[in-house]
Amino acid sequence: MNQTPDTPWVINQPEAMHFAVNRATLVDPQILELERRRIFDTCWIYVGHESEVREPGDFRTRTVCGRPLIFCRDSKGEARVYLNTCRHRGSLVCREPEGNAKYFTCFYHGWTYDRDGALYGLPGQSAYPPNFNRAEFALQTPPKVASYRGFVFLNFDSGANVMSLDDYLAGAKEYIDLICDQSPSGEMEIIPGSQEYDIRANWKLLAENSFDDYHLPATHSTWLDYLKNSGVEMKRPEKGHMLPAHGVGKVLGNGHAVIDNINFRGRPVARWIPIYGEAAKPEIERIRAELVTRLGEARAARVADTNRNLLVFPNLVINDGSSVTVRYFEPRAADNMVVRACALGPKEETPAARAIRLDSFLTFYGPGGFATPDDIEALESVQAGMASYREMPWSVMTRGMAKEGEQLNTDERHLREFWIQWDKLMRGAA
Amino acid sequence: MPVTRQQVEDFLYAEAGLLDAWKLDEWLTLLTDDAVYRVPSNDKPASDPKDTLFTIADDINRIRARVTRLKKTTAHAEFPRSRTRRLITNVRILEENAQTVKIEANFIVYRFRRNESVYQFVGQYRYELRVADASFKIASRVAIIDAMELGSLASVSFIL
Repeated sequence: MNQTPDTPWVINQPEAMHFAVNRATLVDPQILELERRRIFDTCWIYVGHESEVREPGDFRTRTVCGRPLIFCRDSKGEARVYLNTCRHRGSLVCREPEGNAKYFTCFYHGWTYDRDGALYGLPGQSAYPPNFNRAEFALQTPPKVASYRGFVFLNFDSGANVMSLDDYLAGAKEYIDLICDQSPSGEMEIIPGSQEYDIRANWKLLAENSFDDYHLPATHSTWLDYLKNSGVEMKRPEKGHMLPAHGVGKVLGNGHAVIDNINFRGRPVARWIPIYGEAAKPEIERIRAELVTRLGEARAARVADTNRNLLVFPNLVINDGSSVTVRYFEPRAADNMVVRACALGPKEETPAARAIRLDSFLTFYGPGGFATPDDIEALESVQAGMASYREMPWSVMTRGMAKEGEQLNTDERHLREFWIQWDKLMRGAA
Repeated sequence: MPVTRQQVEDFLYAEAGLLDAWKLDEWLTLLTDDAVYRVPSNDKPASDPKDTLFTIADDINRIRARVTRLKKTTAHAEFPRSRTRRLITNVRILEENAQTVKIEANFIVYRFRRNESVYQFVGQYRYELRVADASFKIASRVAIIDAMELGSLASVSFIL
């Protein structure tokens, strides 16, 4: 499906201060099919974090870009990604969610692969013709796999012109570095326990929602009340601000963008708020002191006193807010997505600090938090409203367009960046 | 006198009645001042919220804050409020002494919303009850969901 000149998917007219998104992009199954090819099969897509597969043979199975994958650590200690499909007839060769394996055996006919992906053995090989070469039947890998600071991505584009992950991440790297700077060794790890849930809404609505601070006062008033009732300072810094602290929206290249806010909501590394309790104060102060010693006052303040919601285009969100959440999602259908969310923390974190981090996570994030359920409700409510897309085809996204210079976190420059990149890729103009 | 299963069942049914009727302030009176309410992540049903990410891990302060939130019409995920119906069965007393009774029970909680299919939460409750004035107070209440992932259950926006 291609758009016609009279029905664009995205209208971007900076001079006219007009920006609108065609609601058909949120409901049309043909557009979704094109997204699968032009977005998910051309961009670097997050698979997992190296800390999830520590030892040789450690594996996780998950579905990325619709493909069942095995994410594992091979015998040489490299993080690897295999397509979870037997080279013989195609069955999954691993059906457990996680574990440690020396071999992956397809239970259908018994072909067995080792942790390096090689076909190790198969029953009755003598019946195959002489040209059958076991070495040609290793588990297939995605065309490209690479990692940055422990975050592993794949790319299903086998073309020669695919940019490196490093180039792709562009300005997002600075923000990933800021997160990793929480850790004395620079190493972060995924904490056990994952939140996996569906939202009956188009996947792009969650990309928007994850760093849209404009919705906070209306959607999350109960969470803001909770902070206030718990003794958190909630004064707005000046006129024009909708939240208790200054924050900006920034674009980072290749569709990535961020909101970068002065913190008011507390941070396990390292800003205490009353919700953490008096007993947590010394631990937070100790973490703060370590940051200052290691990074200096200015960088320590940057790490500890700002919170940032980062979107790595198209479907990875790392929110370094009340805690660090790594959230990735992909479409099941035009009106349905699956979301996976985990908590990330410094590898060396003390048990006391880890407990504070996890508790702080749950105040806002996740399907039982004080905010995420209302986000899910908002997204599903938007999707319900999309049924009238033929009569009401446009969504408006012009906040901040009249401003020169700095864009606030409650403006929409960063949201527009997502849609500009989406539109560029969907038109095949990359 | 040892606690009987019927006494425990009567207590659990009364609690279920309050929650299904959204009588949340009355429900709070069933809790001790150091009560906890937890829902573990679906993939780590037997774990500790100090080192594992949960879906819900409330101490008494956050339980009370949760009720405060749920009573507001701005708790959008529960406005309009869903209807729930709890079926509690297979109640077993695991341990008891003069002060404390540990029990487990199976549950199905049906959740209904307008124009939506029924949500079915199936799982096991684990309670630690304190014996008080010929009845009980809830010191710990853990709801373990059997589903491998939340999936189409999406969120646990009400008191499960």
